[in-house]
Amino acid sequence: MRKVAIVGVGMTKFSGKQDKTCVELFAEAAMDAINESNLTPKDIQALFLGNVLGDFSEGQSQPQAFAADYIGAFNIPANRYEGACASAAVAVCDAFMWVASGLYDIVLAGGVETAAKMGTPLATRTFSMGSDSRYEYPAGITFPAVFALLAHLYAKRYGIPLEKLKRQMAQVSIDSHYYGARNPKAHFQKEITMDDVFNSFMVCQPLQLYDCCPFSDGGSAVVLASEERARKLTDKPVYIVGIGQASAGNLPSQKDYLPRIKSRELSAKRAYDMAGLGPKDIDVCELHDCFSIATLIALESLGFFEYGTAGEAVERGETRIGGKIPIDLSGGLKAKGHPIGATGTAQVYEIVEQLRGECGERQVEGAKIGMTDTLGGDAGTLCNLILKRGW
Amino acid sequence: MEHKLSFRDYSEALKQNKLLGLKCKQCGTITVPPKIACGRCAGTDLDIAELSGKGEIQTFTTVFVPPEGREAETPYVIVLVELDEGPWVMGNLAGIEPDKVTMDVIGERVKMEPAVFPGDKYSAGDGARPLFSLEA
Repeated sequence: MRKVAIVGVGMTKFSGKQDKTCVELFAEAAMDAINESNLTPKDIQALFLGNVLGDFSEGQSQPQAFAADYIGAFNIPANRYEGACASAAVAVCDAFMWVASGLYDIVLAGGVETAAKMGTPLATRTFSMGSDSRYEYPAGITFPAVFALLAHLYAKRYGIPLEKLKRQMAQVSIDSHYYGARNPKAHFQKEITMDDVFNSFMVCQPLQLYDCCPFSDGGSAVVLASEERARKLTDKPVYIVGIGQASAGNLPSQKDYLPRIKSRELSAKRAYDMAGLGPKDIDVCELHDCFSIATLIALESLGFFEYGTAGEAVERGETRIGGKIPIDLSGGLKAKGHPIGATGTAQVYEIVEQLRGECGERQVEGAKIGMTDTLGGDAGTLCNLILKRGW
Repeated sequence: MEHKLSFRDYSEALKQNKLLGLKCKQCGTITVPPKIACGRCAGTDLDIAELSGKGEIQTFTTVFVPPEGREAETPYVIVLVELDEGPWVMGNLAGIEPDKVTMDVIGERVKMEPAVFPGDKYSAGDGARPLFSLEA
């Protein structure tokens, strides 16, 4: 298996409703990534694109074919990846495998979504399609509802009074907005307070508006290259040293683990084992903070803190710059935004810029190893990537 | 390979207030809702078993922001219930004002009746789910 590097990244500003189409948004990110790689679209041998809801938001299936053509990468193989919110992360995983195998030298991976365009009722309905249509949707499940169920279960299982847990969760959102306010590409570039969180309307008890990420529009892209090509293209290659992926059935079928997420623990272990690294080696992490409680669960599943203690760690500042494991310095899904098909590669974008030292006041000084964590559905698709500086 | 208990058969039985599961002849585990293989050992030698529909609430949420088409039901309570036979199922909770439900409901014993989602333009027809209420 060959070593594989990321040689260029691009992303649009994440935002509310855009007039641009999926193909246009992805193309902006893709051209930036290709240009940064010192390549042209004709050098791209395949496109792996995450997109979940183009059919519903724009009446567009197979956007990957039109995107390849639109950017001038004529007639290349182009695949669409749908793993709910983890779609683009899975696209990177597969792109890695094909370059590592030797079949391709240069692959473009990315994702795009125009979720804000749909409006809340349709977006809520279509997002819920990532749950089990037979055994969960009849009860009216939504994505906030999945994590609201987990929040109450978490409070009960670890014996944390709900009011205390809610303050810990609110601190997660406050931190995300603090860093989002310093990211020019974030959907929300404003700080929020504890009062803002507690005064926001209830979405799914106990999750209030500011416990939830937004529906966003946006695109992101990364260029993967074999080690040999990467060394000629850039003096700052970022190597993908570990990949992990796992799946799971519907939420009640996960009962033996909940509120732990078995698919995440398996996925993370696969990535750590492949890299020969562990949680202590990670300098910076972009994790799947779709809801505030999701961050606490992820911090524990990834091995950064003991079960039931992540909320205290957040309150101590352990997840901010200078803490044990800085997370979501992009603003995370909460503040940077969550155009679901694009999120996985947007996380990779942030980690690559962190490892290159390009994040300004959000920079973790000297970061050498970073990790992404992307969750789709009610943990139906989990994907973790570990990235390492190649210089 | 044939399904011992399909989604449609499970749903139709549930409409008649019969909660059906599958008992694995290999390991004895009850799988509900049904799968083509045992939820624990993946064995495929399964018998249909009628379950009590009784259990204990493990967690809940009250939904205030509905998906398209569910506005008239909102607010509504979703629960995960551990059935007496072991598995967890997702259903709704009736008999309590939705916005009055608190953590105190966790651990409460419940019994079941059916409720039917009539389907929408995206779904493949209707689907039943358990509608739980607190045991008297």
